[in-house]
Amino acid sequence: MSKIILTVDDSRTMRDMLRLALVEAGFEVIQAEDGVHGLEMLEGQAPDVIVTDINMPRMDGYGFIEGVRADPRHRAIPILVLSTESSTEKKMRARDAGATGWIVKPFSPEKLVDAIRRVAA
Amino acid sequence: MDPMAEIKTTFFQECEEQLAELEIGLLAMEAGDHDSETVNAVFRAVHSVKGGAGAFGLDDLVRFAHVFETAMDEVRAGRMVATQEVVKPMLRAADVLADLVRAARDGGYVDHERNAAVAAELTALTGQDPHADADDDDGMDEIAFQPVQIAQFEPEPAGWTLRFKPRSELYRKANETVLLLRELARLGEVEVELDASELPLLPHLDPEGAYLTWTVRLRGASSESDVREVFEFVDTDCEIDVQPTASDAAPEPEAAAPQAEDAAPEFDVAALIRNAQAQVADAAADAPSVAASVTPTVAPLEAPHEAPDDHAATAAPDPGRQDAGKVNANVSAPTIRVDLERVDRLIDLVGELVINQAMLAQRVIEAGMARASSVAVGLDELEQLTRELQDSVMAIRAQPVKSVFQRMPRLAREVASATGKQVRVVTEGEGTEVDKTVIERLADPLTHMIRNAIDHGLEKPERRREAGKNPEGVVRLAAFHRSGRIVIEVSDDGGGINRERVRAIAAEKGLIAADAMLSDEDTDNLIFMPGFSTADAISDISGRGVGMDVVRRSIQELGGRISIASRPGLGSTFTMSLPLTLAVLDGMVLSVGDQTLVAPLTAIVETLQPQRSDVHSISGGSRVITIRDKYVALIDVGMALGYRSEPLDPEEGVALLIEGDGGSRAVLLVDAIQGQRQVVIKSLEANYRRVDGIAAATILGDGRVALILDIDALVSASRGSEARLLQTG
Repeated sequence: MSKIILTVDDSRTMRDMLRLALVEAGFEVIQAEDGVHGLEMLEGQAPDVIVTDINMPRMDGYGFIEGVRADPRHRAIPILVLSTESSTEKKMRARDAGATGWIVKPFSPEKLVDAIRRVAA
Repeated sequence: MDPMAEIKTTFFQECEEQLAELEIGLLAMEAGDHDSETVNAVFRAVHSVKGGAGAFGLDDLVRFAHVFETAMDEVRAGRMVATQEVVKPMLRAADVLADLVRAARDGGYVDHERNAAVAAELTALTGQDPHADADDDDGMDEIAFQPVQIAQFEPEPAGWTLRFKPRSELYRKANETVLLLRELARLGEVEVELDASELPLLPHLDPEGAYLTWTVRLRGASSESDVREVFEFVDTDCEIDVQPTASDAAPEPEAAAPQAEDAAPEFDVAALIRNAQAQVADAAADAPSVAASVTPTVAPLEAPHEAPDDHAATAAPDPGRQDAGKVNANVSAPTIRVDLERVDRLIDLVGELVINQAMLAQRVIEAGMARASSVAVGLDELEQLTRELQDSVMAIRAQPVKSVFQRMPRLAREVASATGKQVRVVTEGEGTEVDKTVIERLADPLTHMIRNAIDHGLEKPERRREAGKNPEGVVRLAAFHRSGRIVIEVSDDGGGINRERVRAIAAEKGLIAADAMLSDEDTDNLIFMPGFSTADAISDISGRGVGMDVVRRSIQELGGRISIASRPGLGSTFTMSLPLTLAVLDGMVLSVGDQTLVAPLTAIVETLQPQRSDVHSISGGSRVITIRDKYVALIDVGMALGYRSEPLDPEEGVALLIEGDGGSRAVLLVDAIQGQRQVVIKSLEANYRRVDGIAAATILGDGRVALILDIDALVSASRGSEARLLQTG
């Protein structure tokens, strides 16, 4: 059974790129458009890894990560943050919210798949 | 299409949406909206453009977006207040960003000087050096490490010894020691030693605590940065110590393994790692499946670091999960994107269905069925359903006019700054929907009208002040539905149409006689005449030889009408009324010879019964007709289209006064009027070829093809005779 990756990003471009890279690498991909949508999707399914953007409408990435971590069913799912910022401050903030790791945008498919492999059981 | 090219197309589409959001947000901020959601939306728009641009290596765009984003971030963080001095440069920056997006998409000219100037404005706002942090996005830390690595380790390093002690935070963020060990094992041969001495007795054990320490000896030529990178995600959540392995300490693997077994006899860590290592090695190419196959092997390992581990338990696959995972994500998506061709095909088919239904209805009546018979009643129901189906299908193509309206504030800003006027654009009814084709073809006429409204309509700020008005003029753009059509109004609160000047210009250009008696309304309508231009000097903005006549023609091509209402000193309002779709048309069905033709209802001003005495022959065989003491060219449609060789006796036919291009009028002489009907437009060019005087075709209820007249072409063909008349009369 291939691994399920949930991507949370408000940008259609990003969602398409993530889907392309992940499907090519053999993952099953489910996608949400913002934090609220992401949490809704977790009601129905349990992905193996979550990849989330930070800047999103309705609920940003920090809020989403906190939401996932607060749910006993999902708190052990590794979450990778997709970020254009590589600044330590932003990384710390994502980490404080409970992010497992991060990927700096623009990402190459290799970098993305590698990061997922690193956190996926 | 190459998937990346496809995504790039999506990116540019999305950019347009983001740019629109950006503009809306900034305009709201300009109007005093300091809501954090507005500010966030603006920030996100810039941020998204930057993110996507980075993925496609659009460096100009990334650089500018970065500067913009930095400035926006200051506002978002509350370090800078969005005053007019801040928002105005941001609006300019939004324009630059839009230009850069379009340049990236279509190629073409980029005004680097202006861009740099706007970037400098933004930078001045934040007081930062634009280049100071522009590079931090590329910052994968290991890049900095690599040169060092070459210098530092000339001989092959013996390897590394790591001491690794996770804190409970590491597990709370869903990191796993076993995965880190697996990563290390990818770098080279490892020996792992577990120190479980801190593990408390069960009653004192915190299920979420972290009590274990590992010592890993890694052999092989990995650099320290490679090793550190494994711990990149966890370095603040553990104690990690990396030391080069002393050369004598390296070859003692046997000693380490038993120790590990002593510490935690049930778990042979070294064996597990060897296992994982083997699997990683032979399937490195297929990352996901490796990860999957490793899972069962390493699962027991989770026990030692947190024995009664509830999160490990929930992470384990449960039966419900496979099913849930198969549910496609798209199910919850509220919209779908469909190829326009498919929609058009659907619309075509529904058009056919409507025609077919009409034919069936006609045959049923011809067959002598009573209107009250169950067949006829059933047909009525079918008709209602097909109409509903048609409306619903048309609604798929309908889009809010927002996409066009949104472009106008920017245009207004540019025109205002070029003409030294102050303007505020107010839009209403942006959500009003109309067919996509109509929207696309609205952009040009609207652009022109907004330009005119500012350039010719609004007065200069000082004049406005003198007149007791707000120096900032208002241009209002409104859309609404009225009786099955969309109405768009462009109004300004400027000086109104200067009728004296309009008359003088029209007379000077020979458009009217110098002593012509014209009502105010007629005078206003002169501006739609071809070749009319009111600007004193041809200004940079509107005077490019394109006048209101072109606007009028574009609107008429869409099956619409345009009118003007103007009040001196108070401003002017242009009202356009357009059909909601170009796929159906309200037509007047006419008989000409043995043919059935359709004239667009919008072009028909009135119908009349001509008297033989009103019709006069002029040179060249053409005829004119007198209508209320005016000569109008008479077009014998049967002759013009070659249906008959002898002219029709006017008293045996019906005359239609029509208005075409630029308001020029003509009278169509036809045999009879059958009635008014909505018809489905079929392209003649696509199915046959272009025919002069014919715009399109349709299929009537009796199955016959009826041609739809091209009013403008007929009128302009008759122009010659009208011109002759002007000279003689």
